[in-house]
Amino acid sequence: MSALIPFFVILPLAGAFAIPVFSGYWKNMGKVLTPILMLMLLALSVMFFFRDSAVFVYYVGGWELINGVPVGIQFVVDGLSVLMLSIINMMAFFASFFSISYLKKFTGDKYFYALFCLMVAGMNGVVITGDLFNMFIFLEIAVISSYALVAFGIEREELEASFKYQVLGGLASLLVLLGIVVLYWKTGSLNIADISRVLKQEGSSPSLLFIQILFIAGFGLKAAMIPFHAWLPDAHSSAPAPISAMLSGVLIKAVGVYAIMRLFFNMFELTYEMSMLILVIGTISMVGGVFLAIGQWDFKRLLAYHSISQMGYVFLGLGMGMVILSVNGNKAVAVMAIAGGLYHMVNHAVFKGLLFLNSGAVEYKTGTRMLKELGGLSENMPLTSTSSFGASMAISGIPPFNGFFSKLLIIIAAVQGQFYLMAALAVLVSIITLASFMKVHRYAFSGNLRFKDLKKFGEAPFSMLFSMLVLAGLCLLLSLLIIPVFRDIFLTPAVNDLMNLLNYSQPIIGV
Amino acid sequence: MTGMTNIVKTVTRIIGGVVFLFGLYIVTHGHLSPGGGFAGGTIIAGAFILLVLAYGDNIMHLRRIKEESSALENIAIFCILIMAAVGFLLGTKVFFNNFLPIGTAGQLISAGIIPLFNILIGIEVAAALFTIFLAFVIFKEEEK
Repeated sequence: MSALIPFFVILPLAGAFAIPVFSGYWKNMGKVLTPILMLMLLALSVMFFFRDSAVFVYYVGGWELINGVPVGIQFVVDGLSVLMLSIINMMAFFASFFSISYLKKFTGDKYFYALFCLMVAGMNGVVITGDLFNMFIFLEIAVISSYALVAFGIEREELEASFKYQVLGGLASLLVLLGIVVLYWKTGSLNIADISRVLKQEGSSPSLLFIQILFIAGFGLKAAMIPFHAWLPDAHSSAPAPISAMLSGVLIKAVGVYAIMRLFFNMFELTYEMSMLILVIGTISMVGGVFLAIGQWDFKRLLAYHSISQMGYVFLGLGMGMVILSVNGNKAVAVMAIAGGLYHMVNHAVFKGLLFLNSGAVEYKTGTRMLKELGGLSENMPLTSTSSFGASMAISGIPPFNGFFSKLLIIIAAVQGQFYLMAALAVLVSIITLASFMKVHRYAFSGNLRFKDLKKFGEAPFSMLFSMLVLAGLCLLLSLLIIPVFRDIFLTPAVNDLMNLLNYSQPIIGV
Repeated sequence: MTGMTNIVKTVTRIIGGVVFLFGLYIVTHGHLSPGGGFAGGTIIAGAFILLVLAYGDNIMHLRRIKEESSALENIAIFCILIMAAVGFLLGTKVFFNNFLPIGTAGQLISAGIIPLFNILIGIEVAAALFTIFLAFVIFKEEEK
């Protein structure tokens, strides 16, 4: 089964390079091939949930260990990677299926699909690689294609957003690269498991602290945590809707949150200071994001600010787990906090992706995304309105939608771990989130019927509706992950691999 | 786009071919000496860019060349991917498998598939850089 791992990179890369070449002979190639490829990748990643061994290691080029030291690049698939792979490829499938109708507004769709496949290849690569520099390469593949995709509409506003994104993204890449350089100079290795072995022998030092700060700043910029968030609202609101869904739903997680989790849990030893830093940044993002969001009148901009706030929840859960682990506190509470963070990450991919697709459908039909210009859409677009309502309830944490259960886990963990302030803030932010989505529904979907011409402003086309309704169903279905039977399949392996260093490093280097 | 003076044209005529050959040398000796696909590819692209700058060309022709070099770039990188995946077809299940005989170190034809990768990367980089250059030239011409 481990021979299947490189296909997570091969398949989307093949799509990305084949589509521009052969589109000349078959015009619809991108439209047909991209969703099929993404569906295959989704099936492949779901298959890995039911694997027979905990961690798979794949040696690229056949370069195996020499005297216990890794010489080549290794692909590693463990519980966390599988979780990330499945949300990346699931959102990629729905976004590419949604694009079939959405892209009628644009020209040059072969480049869109090529860049889309390239972005997915980059994200899959970040998640499966076990090599630090290789991770940087894949991160750049994913991020550079997203720069181009944000500017895909080539209007003034989009180009400006893309430029801002490029400047800050370039800065982040530079910080990450500098961190890798210093780490390589210090340890003489680029393999994550091997570095963790070397670091364990050396103990802590000022340069290690410097590297950790560089990584938090670099990957924090990619994950758009406050105070590194300035690029996100522009980039996520200007991109085409399926790309916004991909950026907000999975890109900031794959290149930001995943990298921080992998490096800080599995490579560095957890220290109290760094864990506290992540916890505080997460809390500030959670509170700041929602206060920035509630005043917005642009539908997509509001959603973009909510991404910052919801990613704050994820960091809150992970940060609490890290703090508890670093002071050798109650392990059960740490498990609950980390599981809550991971669970919320999965949920956020689904409901935020869905909300961005909803905004895309509204914009496709009405030509505007300013809330004050919309109104009464629930009569024109009943299905879009319903799915949007489900997603809004999920993001605000209303039972029985999935967001409720993940927030509940995080808040219970916060109370049990005696982070009372964080627990109170998490509840408060949830209430303000509800308020801001009530605003969206009051202005966009209910209220006066602004668009009377039903023919012109009817329901969205099939490919859009299909993606939105299935995602809305998933918003309900993912609540099941709270039940132990499903949790043991999907979430527990990821939490275990994060908490136990040996789980990750033993299959790779043997210690 | 107009060309440059006769002096530049004459010098370009003399050194253009030499630059191109030097690029080919760097690419093909990538596994033996410093350099390789990327470095050689930039030199080859430099030879083409020199020709366009010195002699000039009309915009319609430039557009057609840009289409062709863009397609060439895609084909080259597609070939790299296929070569990397050939190991799966041969039954070894190794991505980036070096399936050709390795030969004697130091000889021009040795190191298995590494020279082939260098050549393809050379084509890819040369075509990509030339495409970027042409995109700028065409943008500037259209603005006039």
